[in-house]
Amino acid sequence: MEKAIICKDLTKQFGDFAAVNKISFDVNAGEIFGFLGANGAGKTTAMRMLCGLSYPTSGEATVAGFNVYKQQDHIKRNIGYMSQKFSLYESLTVQENIRFFGGIYGLSDKALKDKSNSLIERLGLQAEAKKRVSELPLGWKQKLAFSVAIIHQPKIVFLDEPTGGVDPITRRQFWDLIYEAADDGITIFVTTHYMDEAEYCNRISIMVDGRVEALDTPTNLKHQYKVETMDEVFYQLARAAKRSGE
Amino acid sequence: MQPFNRLNHRTLMGSVIIEHIKKTYDKGNVLALKDVSFTVNEGELFGLIGADGAGKTSLFRILTTLLLADEGKATVNGYDVIKDYKQIRGCVGYMPGKFSLYQDLTIEENLNFFATLFATSVEENYDLIKDIYEQIKPFKDRRAGKLSGGMKQKLALCCALIHKPAVLFLDEPTTGVDAVSRKEFWEMLKRLKEQGITILVSTPYMDEATLCERIALIQNGNILSIDTPENITKAYPRKLYALTASVVHKILSDVKAYPEIASCYSFGEFLHISFKNDGKDNTKELLQHLSQKGFKDVTIKEIEPTVEDCFIELM
Repeated sequence: MEKAIICKDLTKQFGDFAAVNKISFDVNAGEIFGFLGANGAGKTTAMRMLCGLSYPTSGEATVAGFNVYKQQDHIKRNIGYMSQKFSLYESLTVQENIRFFGGIYGLSDKALKDKSNSLIERLGLQAEAKKRVSELPLGWKQKLAFSVAIIHQPKIVFLDEPTGGVDPITRRQFWDLIYEAADDGITIFVTTHYMDEAEYCNRISIMVDGRVEALDTPTNLKHQYKVETMDEVFYQLARAAKRSGE
Repeated sequence: MQPFNRLNHRTLMGSVIIEHIKKTYDKGNVLALKDVSFTVNEGELFGLIGADGAGKTSLFRILTTLLLADEGKATVNGYDVIKDYKQIRGCVGYMPGKFSLYQDLTIEENLNFFATLFATSVEENYDLIKDIYEQIKPFKDRRAGKLSGGMKQKLALCCALIHKPAVLFLDEPTTGVDAVSRKEFWEMLKRLKEQGITILVSTPYMDEATLCERIALIQNGNILSIDTPENITKAYPRKLYALTASVVHKILSDVKAYPEIASCYSFGEFLHISFKNDGKDNTKELLQHLSQKGFKDVTIKEIEPTVEDCFIELM
């Protein structure tokens, strides 16, 4: 099976503190991979290394076939990224944001125009195309941000708590978009604090104190820990954590 | 009424009464709250449940006298939010959604600062914060800006409690917090409630609603429903079923398109579905229909609705 991410003994050390401590896992191409963990477990640090934003201290990893030490620029061109905190420029309009991010990812003028129109149409944002993003409700912003993050058809998209604070219907519509992207062959790497969303992933990993303590399908994990819900799996693992943090 | 324990020398309980509050921004162009009315009883743990942008923070800021409503009336602990703003500021604790303590003061300095501001001392009210403060005490000389999310949250709660408020306002204290820390935080709230403090807490997490005595569901500045979590879920208008199969998301569009379906939403490994007419043998017919489409391993069972089911129904 083709691998989108291969990670072996990946470590990030800050002084004598191992924020990420020898994590090893693979993500299959086209998979929806949930990356869970308690606050401070090391998720953000691990994600930054995989996105080519920070060098590992030791270990190996390739993302979309590129080496995290030597080919950070290639990684950045082949992935998409979206977080709850920052994804779009609030003072630019919907169209301007699409043009800006499409331009950054090197889309041609023609491709940009086509993409922009089809994207606005698909999200039903025709009436809002010339409005500033700051005027959109949060749910629409998040859906737009996701579409912009995959505008260049990346091999992998990293989603950092994409549905935080979003209403229950929009949250589900957002997952419809994730499934569509996955059906298009984009690998999804997603973090969330909603345990029902963990169930929507093909496989999930759970980080505790810098290590990957569990990795399997939601069904297998529930079997393994002999519980009914992912919430209980998470609770059993994260409760043992010594660290707490951002 | 709950018996007071250590705090019986002073009336701690306070109620919150909100009548027809309306708030707009941007010269009336953005409607944040339209005609909101409800009452939080003395000593109650009351939850305001809604997504970002629903109007929760606007309401909290009006009640804590930091923002003026366009219309309507509100009292906190018997004081009017406009006329008696000084008294209100003295008798409420407010923990905003955004961390708002002094980043360059230490844990201990922040706590002393807020105690002094309210003309009291940490020692005087130590009983109230003891449980929470002892968890962060080992780090008391660390600057607030250098604390982890969970520790910041505990410090902010201590600072909001240090003057023994009658009413505690907590604006999304658990947003972005992992599932384990969220459980711990709600344990702390339960213990505070037992000490007689009225607590108004907001959250976007529907599963936390059941931990409150009563809740208000809020969306786009409208209150959708106010009641106990039990009564809200009991009021769900139809029978609700959970459908499961090996590839649930592939079935979703077929179930949605089935003519007898009234609602269909993903809930983890299940689809929660309801039918337009509960009188019929719906589940059997749906199973047959799905079987014809090639989905053979489908099971359907009747379930009790959750607050999230009800919220979606009311939206």
